[in-house]
Amino acid sequence: MLIQARKKSDVLSSEITLHSVFMRRREFLRAAAATSAAAAIGPFMLSDPAMAGMKLPNVQKTKWTRESLGKDDDLTPLKDVTTYNNFYEFGTGKGDPARKSKDFKTKPWTVVVDGECDKPGRYSFEDLIKPHELQERVYRFRCVEAWSMVIPWVGVPLADIIKRLGPTGNAKYVAFETLVDPAQMPGQKYAILKWPYREGLRMDEAMNPLTLMAVGLYGEELPNQNGAPIRLVTPWKYGFKSIKSIVRISFTEKQPPTSWNMSASREYGFYSNVNPLVNHPRWSQAKERRLGGPTNVFGFVPKRPTLMFNGYEEEVAAMYKGMNLARNY
Amino acid sequence: MTPNNRIRWIAKPAVWVLCLAPLGVLVWRIVNQDLTANPAEFMNRYLGEWALRILWLALAVTPLRIITSWNQAIRFRRLLGLFAFFYVTLHVSSYVVADQCFDWLAIWNDIIKRTYITLGMGALVILVALALTSWGAMVKRLGGKNWIRLHRGVYIAGVCAAIHFIMMRKGFQIEPLIYAGILAALLATRLGPILKKRQAQKLRT
Repeated sequence: MLIQARKKSDVLSSEITLHSVFMRRREFLRAAAATSAAAAIGPFMLSDPAMAGMKLPNVQKTKWTRESLGKDDDLTPLKDVTTYNNFYEFGTGKGDPARKSKDFKTKPWTVVVDGECDKPGRYSFEDLIKPHELQERVYRFRCVEAWSMVIPWVGVPLADIIKRLGPTGNAKYVAFETLVDPAQMPGQKYAILKWPYREGLRMDEAMNPLTLMAVGLYGEELPNQNGAPIRLVTPWKYGFKSIKSIVRISFTEKQPPTSWNMSASREYGFYSNVNPLVNHPRWSQAKERRLGGPTNVFGFVPKRPTLMFNGYEEEVAAMYKGMNLARNY
Repeated sequence: MTPNNRIRWIAKPAVWVLCLAPLGVLVWRIVNQDLTANPAEFMNRYLGEWALRILWLALAVTPLRIITSWNQAIRFRRLLGLFAFFYVTLHVSSYVVADQCFDWLAIWNDIIKRTYITLGMGALVILVALALTSWGAMVKRLGGKNWIRLHRGVYIAGVCAAIHFIMMRKGFQIEPLIYAGILAALLATRLGPILKKRQAQKLRT
């Protein structure tokens, strides 16, 4: 069972060791050997209720593991992944989403499916996800602001969900919308963007094996600030394409409008594929800063070259064959 | 204590303490490694915002004099202006050291290609000139009129900084517009006396 009501005997989320701490257990053990056993107990007791979510059961490993990435692609610590977010529904500061989404209600959650498909309707989160196998996908994540992370997502291939929903022959695109609820999402009180946040993919992009509907990270349910309970992940595109807290999936014949493109079409295109050769009008996209990455003598993380399609050229380049990527940015 | 001594021994040291406090907070956060997941960006934004705030304070001295007729306020103008310059220098240093890691080619490309950085660098150049000519002897050396003319450059630097701030944000954001609005109000208060003077001159002729 995917979503479990908490029983009295269950471990409280606050009792679970912080994942970043768990991942560093060897370090702690080494430290313990060097000093005393007692010193090692302390770090294990560390816990932050805001960060420890429910563990997701039966997550299958895939070929997209830490080992499948480069040697300089270590996982970004959970703390960084969950405290440095762009989720303008909760405010424009990087720390706002973590601070202001604590009481965000994601249970129950309904996703409306409509448009050109055989099985439109209102799907509960469970109905949408439960028929599928949960998979772990360790992906690079490249923000349009020239910073990046490596995140172990847990989710379901979007292609699996789409096949079940049965798109008709007219379905050329898939459009997504985020929840609008200014009472819960204080950022929506301001017209930073035109709410709801909208995103979209061409059908072949949506069906690409890389495209994931994420419901978790680091083996646990998605934290609210990362787009709980369900979000898109398209690792070869800039992060803003990976729309969060999805409440609507529509199959359309025409290219759907997308939020950042509506806000500034000169800066953000529909495709928004990671491309070091096509600069953002206000900054270069040739390089990126890997958050939590190796530091230089001054203690700062120097920028590293950005990879074409964020390093997923092999998997996705064929979809854009013959397209002018400078024009279709 | 004479009013003169009160300013010298109490008010001015208080301004020093207040203006150094944001730097103190930053140092505290560096020591505690509390700089978010992106320290380079955090430091740069933090220092830039304080540079703006203190520059705005320096630009508020004259409006304060006009509104309250408290002429002693002018004794804080240079101090505030130099503190603004101090934070601008740290802001730019953090860009060069932490953000670009001395990649001078990337910095040069930023300056010539990215309008908001061009504007920011423009403001920096102006403020360097004003800081270098901020001491008393320079007023004599340049001549009062020339000195005043040069130092009116601070208005251009302020406008550049305000646009720089608006341009670097994504989407429609209110905060930089509030800064721009305050700057507009500070500059507008100066117009009152200028217009009055002009009118008086007209009446005389």
